[in-house]
Amino acid sequence: MSKELIRLADCVMAFDDEVVLDKINLSIRDKEFLTLLGPSGCGKTTTLRIIGGFQTPTSGDVLFDGVRINAVPPHKRTINTVFQKYALFPHLNVYENIAFGLRIPKTDGKGNRVKLPEEEIDQRVMEMLEIVNLKGFEKRRTTQLSGGQQQRVAIARALVNRPKVLLLDEPLGALDLKLRKDMQNELKRIQKAMEITFVYVTHDQEEALAMSDTVVVMDAGRIQQIGSPEDIYNEPQNAFVADFIGESNIIDGIMRADGVVEIFNRRFQCLDGGFDRDEAVDVVIRPEDVDIVPEDQGQLKGTVTSVTFKGMQYDIIVDFYGFKWLIQTTDLSPVGSRIGIKIDPDGIHVMKKSEYSGMFGDYSSYSEEYEEISDASLDPEEEDSGDEE
Amino acid sequence: MKNKLSWFAVPYVVWMALMVVIPILIMVVYAFTTADYEGTLENFAEMGTYAAVFFRSFRLALIATLVCLLIGYPVSYWMAHEGPGFQRVAMALIMLPMWMNFLLRTYSWMSILENNGLLNQFFKTIGLLDLLGVEYIPMIGTSGAVVLGMVYNYLPFMILPIYSVIVKLDYSLLEAARDLGADSRRVFRKVILPLSLPGVLSGVTMVFVPSVSTFAISRLLGGGTQIMLGDLIEQQFLGGSYDPHLGAAISMVMMVIVVVCMVVMNRFGEGEEEAVML
Repeated sequence: MSKELIRLADCVMAFDDEVVLDKINLSIRDKEFLTLLGPSGCGKTTTLRIIGGFQTPTSGDVLFDGVRINAVPPHKRTINTVFQKYALFPHLNVYENIAFGLRIPKTDGKGNRVKLPEEEIDQRVMEMLEIVNLKGFEKRRTTQLSGGQQQRVAIARALVNRPKVLLLDEPLGALDLKLRKDMQNELKRIQKAMEITFVYVTHDQEEALAMSDTVVVMDAGRIQQIGSPEDIYNEPQNAFVADFIGESNIIDGIMRADGVVEIFNRRFQCLDGGFDRDEAVDVVIRPEDVDIVPEDQGQLKGTVTSVTFKGMQYDIIVDFYGFKWLIQTTDLSPVGSRIGIKIDPDGIHVMKKSEYSGMFGDYSSYSEEYEEISDASLDPEEEDSGDEE
Repeated sequence: MKNKLSWFAVPYVVWMALMVVIPILIMVVYAFTTADYEGTLENFAEMGTYAAVFFRSFRLALIATLVCLLIGYPVSYWMAHEGPGFQRVAMALIMLPMWMNFLLRTYSWMSILENNGLLNQFFKTIGLLDLLGVEYIPMIGTSGAVVLGMVYNYLPFMILPIYSVIVKLDYSLLEAARDLGADSRRVFRKVILPLSLPGVLSGVTMVFVPSVSTFAISRLLGGGTQIMLGDLIEQQFLGGSYDPHLGAAISMVMMVIVVVCMVVMNRFGEGEEEAVML
């Protein structure tokens, strides 16, 4: 575990009377890849802008290396940003865009303003061009570049200053799917190679899981869960996190004893404990953790109401006692057939009831949702919550 | 791009031919002929007499443009950074004088600047004239009055293009510059100024061209001592020294000089590196 680099302590951000961030506490370690994940309007970009110095929290502290930096303006922070729409300077070519930060005289130890020698600027710009695979593009105008190339110029322009932290605000949002995948790997590679802390903002949970060391799930101005991608996926802390990260069936349950949870009046073995006896809970069952068995052998029995072929697997919707589950399986069960299911104890995740209970995890309107999700121009998570509220 | 003109363009083309091309051709013909329509370069040779007028016109127009720029840029910058409500009011105030007749506005300045005009009476009341020991401060009939008249009349043409460029500047570019370590002065010098240069160029054009060819302002506020190209040309067509051929020649030379100035300036604007060096 590396040491802590940035700490947000009880950060509140309010515009007029609208609270955008509600007592955020966050610790960012040196050289880690941390992702702020959440639907639009959850406060993730505001959090990033507070770290970058573009906004000052209404209350609370921002600490950098143990020093309070609330009032330090952006140009005096050793933090650089890759902006959502890149914000490349249209009047400068690729080379001058990248050299912009280097050409600014810095104050040395004795308080003198020193300029970097031209040779060093040149050498560092060229080195960055090499890292982001843009050699030979120096003289191009930024307006002549494709989205992916502009993206890489923006990254080079920020990284050439050798910041301690790089902030990235949905940097891949405008790119097509294939390019996004490539750039995800690229970013991860650059982060490892340059050993810089990355704070990454996205609403794309897949992106967050694939790239991050730490994922911070946010909603409604609050942090819902902080953890490694595996933790977040396997042990969601509430229904919001369970629904937002991957697909989840979320069912009302009652904790009968440690390791025993009751759903649909049947008792299941699970690995969770520490709840009150007979406490009402939310139970998360991931679609891939369900085994389909012949009806008479099943712990639960239901009717298949919809089948969608997804390439690697079928997404089937099964009606159990009026509650629709999503199950992912490689075996085809036709619509209308009766099936049974079995769930292993480690496939059952029990969560405390929260304000999100009952809002997510029912797949009754799955087909419509699916269409929304496949439309890349929409922010699917936002659409979802709108539907289900 | 289609090369063939659409039918919708016909009225425009006809209009342009009738009102722009043909008059220019007539002017060129006049410029190169005598009163008996014989080819000559006499008109151009004669112009040497008026070199002083040429010089004064361009000098005053240049000063007026510079003053407009020095006032107009900060005003535009400041307007663009205020709230939308303020911007609307400011815009209305800037446009308001333009709804009044141009001559009326200039006559008003006459009565303000006259030797016993409003300003001098004001100076008298506050005792400034006694303090200086003079009857009045001469303002009317000076080149300063002419420049003032041009600045007053053409300032909106400087403010509008600069303002509309600055107000449309992508705010994230300014944040990016700050993020990369630039303080406010550097953000202005390296980002805002070069990106607002197109607005400055069109503002300069829109002020300089009417200033150099203005006639009423110089006659009314310059009191006849500050005769400019516009007045000179007017005299050749309407005044006592009736000579439309000479008038056409002067017009032509002025046009050529203005066009050359504009081309040079726009070249300068296109070169991105030069723009940054400013």
